[in-house]
Amino acid sequence: MRRLSGVEPQVAADAGYTDAPPRMGFFTDTSICIGCKACEVACKEWNAVPDDGYELLGMSFDNTGMLGANSWRHVAFIEQSKPVGCQDAGLAGLPTGAPASERVGQQVADVMAQVDPGALGTDTGAQKVEEAAEALPPVPDEGDPRRDLRWLMSSDVCKHCTHAGCLDVCPTGALFRTEFGTVVVQEDVCNGCGYCVPACPYGVIDKRPDDGRVWKCTLCYDRISDGLQPACAKACPTESIQYGPLDELRERARGRVDQLVEAGVTQARLYGDSPDDGVGGAGAFFLLLDEPEVYGFPPDPVVPTRDLVSMWKHAGAAAGLFLGLGIAAFTGRRR
Amino acid sequence: MSPRRGEELMVPRATFSSYYGRPVVKKPVWKELDIAGYLFTGGIAAGSALLAGGAELTGRRHLRRVTRLSSMAALGVSGAALVHDLGRPERFYNMLRVFKPTSPMSVGSWLLSAFAVPTALGFVDEVPGLVPPPLRGLVRRTSPLASVGGAVLGSGVATYTAVLLSDTAVPSWNAAYPELPFVFAGSALSGAAGLALVLAPRAEAGPARRLAFLGAALELSASQRIEHRLGLVGEPYKRHPSGRKMKLAKAMTLSGVVASTLLSRRSRTAAVVSGAALFAASALTRFAIFEAGVTSTQDPAYTVVPQRERAEQRDRG
Repeated sequence: MRRLSGVEPQVAADAGYTDAPPRMGFFTDTSICIGCKACEVACKEWNAVPDDGYELLGMSFDNTGMLGANSWRHVAFIEQSKPVGCQDAGLAGLPTGAPASERVGQQVADVMAQVDPGALGTDTGAQKVEEAAEALPPVPDEGDPRRDLRWLMSSDVCKHCTHAGCLDVCPTGALFRTEFGTVVVQEDVCNGCGYCVPACPYGVIDKRPDDGRVWKCTLCYDRISDGLQPACAKACPTESIQYGPLDELRERARGRVDQLVEAGVTQARLYGDSPDDGVGGAGAFFLLLDEPEVYGFPPDPVVPTRDLVSMWKHAGAAAGLFLGLGIAAFTGRRR
Repeated sequence: MSPRRGEELMVPRATFSSYYGRPVVKKPVWKELDIAGYLFTGGIAAGSALLAGGAELTGRRHLRRVTRLSSMAALGVSGAALVHDLGRPERFYNMLRVFKPTSPMSVGSWLLSAFAVPTALGFVDEVPGLVPPPLRGLVRRTSPLASVGGAVLGSGVATYTAVLLSDTAVPSWNAAYPELPFVFAGSALSGAAGLALVLAPRAEAGPARRLAFLGAALELSASQRIEHRLGLVGEPYKRHPSGRKMKLAKAMTLSGVVASTLLSRRSRTAAVVSGAALFAASALTRFAIFEAGVTSTQDPAYTVVPQRERAEQRDRG
């Protein structure tokens, strides 16, 4: 049987392909993302992804919220009172008040906790916090004036995991591994059982309520099969989204981290690049400037199937006990 | 960016970062009535099949009859709920398109299909009017085999659903994987035994009474272990609406099993009341566990904090 976790250098071969092309993927360098959302638009255009509601979420410049059935790229936006490397934010001498980003973030989180969070999982646009946020008191202007400022922007996407939870648990074979090592849903097979949705440790794949089936990034299977770049990478004006053979991307990414650290951006780190992590390495990995959870990523994701053998052993023991107790109940003394 | 704290907490929660308090993993899209309902009815079908097998081998004809009928009815409701939950119900047959050992749902689909064969055989054996006369003899002769086969396959049906839930990134289901099959096995036994106590005549209800006791003991001890072992991700089993439901389920199981053990031998009324309590408690347990998992996906703390701790422990070496 194929490996359920750990290092797996031949992803496509492991799935049964012979003479597979090199594994392809994304390297998203968030240090040069400008938050323009061209990737989100290009993805929607090319893949004919329906709109997810024209909602203002009231939390930041991000009005997409999170990845979902109708959002295959999602640009996160975070404002922090932290410096970027040695850059001067140019705030000295300006009449700045106290930094508000932490508090605003806290307020949004508090509102998020009050409104039904259930709407989040199925419809990324359905979470409207703006009305509740309007009712909040204004942020008081107190404390030390702001000295530092940075904006973090990051375009999130399906990770096309080496060990993909969605693919492992799909009962119909609708989800499959392509020759490029990516993970794609066949919409003519999916029967909408929804098992893949909670099986993804990153919360990527989701069901379209009106359609009944699940949808996610295909890494533009149609385009890359014809030797083109995925639409998002093609549209990215700063080359924050880079597409290519995964080996090359990993090497390039390591060089970029070294370059940034040398330039004083010591927080630069890679996320999802390591083949020995909980998902065997992601096919789409990231260069981040803060902890992964700040961007909405799980800090240490593990494919649930990693423990599947142990799960079945426990279930087997329980099944044995089920029968044993039945025998005991019938052979016990007659009362 | 925004640390968030819950109301009053049992486990002290470290300050943690999240993206505007948004969940990291997706909430299961399964409809609660369908899927929690299936966990319950599938368990009842399996537990009833076990009782039917025992009744067959020990010559308890009344007990065999009611448990076979219960098993068939519960299986019918199970199948309907499972198909109803699909986004594309007309494609339900795709469940048997492949056999995938990595997918508990695929394994379960095959298991449930196999389980349907002895269950249906046992059912038509009890209702011979449904069978063309020339085949009745055959059904009668295969009856013992169907009963034993139903019990054996039922042991899988009662427990695989725990793997189904645990093999996800849902924090409170995934972390509970060592105990969940035992909770489900116990809940299936006590629920089905409860139903048999309601339906079977007192003279043949002895095994059901004993099974109710054994099943409830298994279920309660396994769920006790979940609550003690899990720490932060065990919270939804103890707190929130899901935790309150869990507490109520345990109280009902406990009172049902005490009443059935002490009183149901002497009084038919006590047997019916305590059996009904066990039956309802089994349903409540499944809904509580389902809701606990859903709750754990909604607060990013349940995803981020344990993973952060794990990562830091590894970094420290």
